[in-house]
Amino acid sequence: MKYIDEFRSLKLAKNISAKIAELALPARGGRGGRRYNFMEVCGTHTNTFYRFGLSKLLPENVRLISGPGCPVCVTDESYIDNAIILAGLKDTIITTFGDMMKVPGSSSTLYRERAKGRDIRIVYSSLDALKIAEDNPAKNVVFLGIGFETTAPTVAMAIIEAKKKNLTNFFVYSAHKIIPPAMEAILKDKNVALDGFILPAHVSSIIGADGYKFLHKFKIPGVIAGFEPLDMLEGIVMLLREVKSGRAEIENEYTRGVKKSGNKVAQVVLKKVFVSTYAVWRGIGEIPKSGLAIRKEFAAYDAEKHFGIRRKKAAVNKYCLCGEVIKGVKMPEDCKLFAKSCNPENPKGPCMVSSEGTCGIHYKYKEK
Amino acid sequence: MCLGIPMRIISKAGDKAIVDSGGTKREISVSLLKDINIGDYVIVHAGFAIERLDEERAKETLDIFKSIKP
Repeated sequence: MKYIDEFRSLKLAKNISAKIAELALPARGGRGGRRYNFMEVCGTHTNTFYRFGLSKLLPENVRLISGPGCPVCVTDESYIDNAIILAGLKDTIITTFGDMMKVPGSSSTLYRERAKGRDIRIVYSSLDALKIAEDNPAKNVVFLGIGFETTAPTVAMAIIEAKKKNLTNFFVYSAHKIIPPAMEAILKDKNVALDGFILPAHVSSIIGADGYKFLHKFKIPGVIAGFEPLDMLEGIVMLLREVKSGRAEIENEYTRGVKKSGNKVAQVVLKKVFVSTYAVWRGIGEIPKSGLAIRKEFAAYDAEKHFGIRRKKAAVNKYCLCGEVIKGVKMPEDCKLFAKSCNPENPKGPCMVSSEGTCGIHYKYKEK
Repeated sequence: MCLGIPMRIISKAGDKAIVDSGGTKREISVSLLKDINIGDYVIVHAGFAIERLDEERAKETLDIFKSIKP
């Protein structure tokens, strides 16, 4: 059991696809049929869906919409502007996940600033940033904390380690966010009509199936699905069964990686280091209690406190449809800029930049 | 960003472990998990193991997939 190839079998995919058609299409001789609109809220699900051509395995009346589950895409412009200001400070090293490098700020990107000579380094883990801080005691090292519930506990651990080691030169600039409030904001948006959610795999590993109890009041089903193609297809089967039988429950397809109560150690670590705050989600606006700020006890590691950063709303390219795309209201192809002036070499908005951005994924896997 | 890759634990020392993924070895932190043993598969994200993959459940899931007949 290697946990990857077995979950990509084409033969099994075709069988599950036939089951989806059987569930979704009206009975033979029957009339009218209905549309089923499901939303996945994780960039990795969007990636799997397009990479493996899963839309070809769905009947025409079942639609999978990509939601705001790309933490890079929902980072507002002013965060990049502030990161660039920090990069320009004396004796300061910026450390970041790779997909933040090309996200446009109001006039530049971290990638361009690095080309100009700023010390900006890509890291795979917050622990790598911590090591850079230990190896460079005369410099300030700022780690750009981007990511949802999957990533935030790992950054919390780095902050806890920094405190244990009494570091005075390691800081986290947090723009961490949590998914449930964004899902609520989408459900309250009248333009969006959903029949169910495909819930993220690894956010769920952390928060558990119990983390989605808030969906009950909306009477909408949700199925946690793994990231392999067969997982997503089976997730859609489970959603169709729920909708057809009038159920609105939280079910788990990804039982091998998600427990009902999630990862308790990670949840404790999250609460220990972070407190919820409002956050600005690009394209959606301000959502209360959807962001994670560093607690007072760890203020010494909070870049916003240490450097006196103030957040402000920044102007956005008026043709960029990123906001509508991440809510699932428009498709990348609806955007005037898509694949013309906006492309991976020259992105106008974060949705084209990130490897998990809907526009970037549509561009990469589109038929030529 | 949620990208987490199944990797096999090949050695462990305190909060750190060495994992193997298709021949590549790397060091990760297992500080977010309890009771991790050599030979376990874990989901690795941003340098941390975030959950152990349950082999029994994986087999059950595959059995479900195989039971779906058109």
